[in-house]
Amino acid sequence: MNNAIKKQFPILKRKINGKPLVYLDSASTSQKPTAVLAALQKYYTTSNANIHRGIHTLSEEATAKYENTRKKVAKFINAKTDEEIIFTKNCTEAINCVYSSWGKMHIAEGDEIIVSALEHHANLVPWQELAKECGAILKIIPLTADYLLDLPAYKKILSKKTKLVCVTAQSNVTGTIVPVKKITALAHAVGAKVLIDGAQIAGHSKINVRDIDCDFFAFSAHKMLGPTGVGVLYVKQPLIDEMTPFMYGGDMVLTVQEQTATYRAGPWKFEAGTPNIADVIAFGTAIDYLENIGLAAVAAHDRELLAYAKKSFSKYSSVKLFSPARIQDAGGVLSFTVAGAHPHDIATIFNEKGVAIRSGLHCAEPLMGRLGVTATARLSFYLYNTKKDIDAAEKALKKVLKIFKIKGA
Amino acid sequence: MDIYTETILDHYQHPHHVGEISNSTIKVTEDNPLCGDKISLYLEIKDGVVENVGFVGTGCAISQASMSLLADEIQGKKISGLKKLTPAKVYDLLHVPISPGRVKCALLGLTTLQKALKMIK
Repeated sequence: MNNAIKKQFPILKRKINGKPLVYLDSASTSQKPTAVLAALQKYYTTSNANIHRGIHTLSEEATAKYENTRKKVAKFINAKTDEEIIFTKNCTEAINCVYSSWGKMHIAEGDEIIVSALEHHANLVPWQELAKECGAILKIIPLTADYLLDLPAYKKILSKKTKLVCVTAQSNVTGTIVPVKKITALAHAVGAKVLIDGAQIAGHSKINVRDIDCDFFAFSAHKMLGPTGVGVLYVKQPLIDEMTPFMYGGDMVLTVQEQTATYRAGPWKFEAGTPNIADVIAFGTAIDYLENIGLAAVAAHDRELLAYAKKSFSKYSSVKLFSPARIQDAGGVLSFTVAGAHPHDIATIFNEKGVAIRSGLHCAEPLMGRLGVTATARLSFYLYNTKKDIDAAEKALKKVLKIFKIKGA
Repeated sequence: MDIYTETILDHYQHPHHVGEISNSTIKVTEDNPLCGDKISLYLEIKDGVVENVGFVGTGCAISQASMSLLADEIQGKKISGLKKLTPAKVYDLLHVPISPGRVKCALLGLTTLQKALKMIK
């Protein structure tokens, strides 16, 4: 990764408060390369039409491009076929699709659903609701002192009663990489289905759903260089056939009579109404861009920056890092607190220096409780970041210590 | 541009009126769940006047300094007057630019106070 990549992201030329923008909030959303922006412009300029309906040239072109992204996504995560790929508006909607279209039909009173203590609200709240509605029990896999999932504890709570296990592949707070393949195998051994929240890992390292063997895998386009408004739900065949639609209307139907209708098979029965055609097409370009650079290179770069940031920030005794000890146990995310300065104040001072970071609960309120904090500040890295960006963050950190007169440099 | 003025930092690091009031007339707690900022406000009211004010809070410099400044402001004031307090007055007390992302921090103290005032019969 080098400055040539940075140049392909026009927003990074911006100045914030008179300083060059240093964007360290990619775990919230990534920036977009020129190629993706051009794909949007090109689609609206040359091929804009509604899909799956028209027989005119534009409609056929738009349909082919939209469906072509489905094929790219399937290949990107090594699905067996593109008929396992449902487009949603984001990762949250993808998870909610499993809640509505599979969960309500398959979870009964007394059943158990397992999630981990690392979950983002998106992969926790739907299961709280499902448990309440169906009279099921929600169980939580705890963490070790090193911010990893406690696998022996997981094995203990797994039982024949377990019907669904929902875990993130990578925490958006601690960066912890979760052994999803092992978790899936253990769940399958007791007959449970497995959903992986891949929002943080997609576009950051190679995903192989057939190797993981999970039943559902959800992620968002916008965190991996694509536009906002596109999510993906992978559903392993033939599971998709036993799921019912969660939205009804045009495009998802086969035939419609006055009193009844029949639905299309495969992913299309979940995509009612005009979908986000332009953004799905531009998402295809984002996938091409990432494949061209190589996911292994992106993962190595993230980790190199994480190691550098941990070294830079651990020099200060007032700084506490919430990150697994071994670099290979985390992705490019680093949460921290500073004794004597609230994360919001840290983020405000960083912003004055042009450094964009996230602060707060990171949509993971129960995890904050387990970490024993009310909030953290968070740096997150992607392929366009450099060590210079982390130097800028360290400079901003020094400013925080100075303003709040905190000792421990 | 600099929002961390001496006044803000002083009120954050050495807040005024900190502490519970055991014989308070009213006690309310309010938080910004998305930030983790939290304030418990204690008011001792006699003859429609705030005789004594105390608070216990956690959170960012802006939320805590704002409550400290507001506590100074309301001590000894009539309830009828306090009901007319506006966000503009709080911004005036803080005397620093508040960006949209920090509005909730800046106004948490006022929100807590307004909740307390509503409880007065």
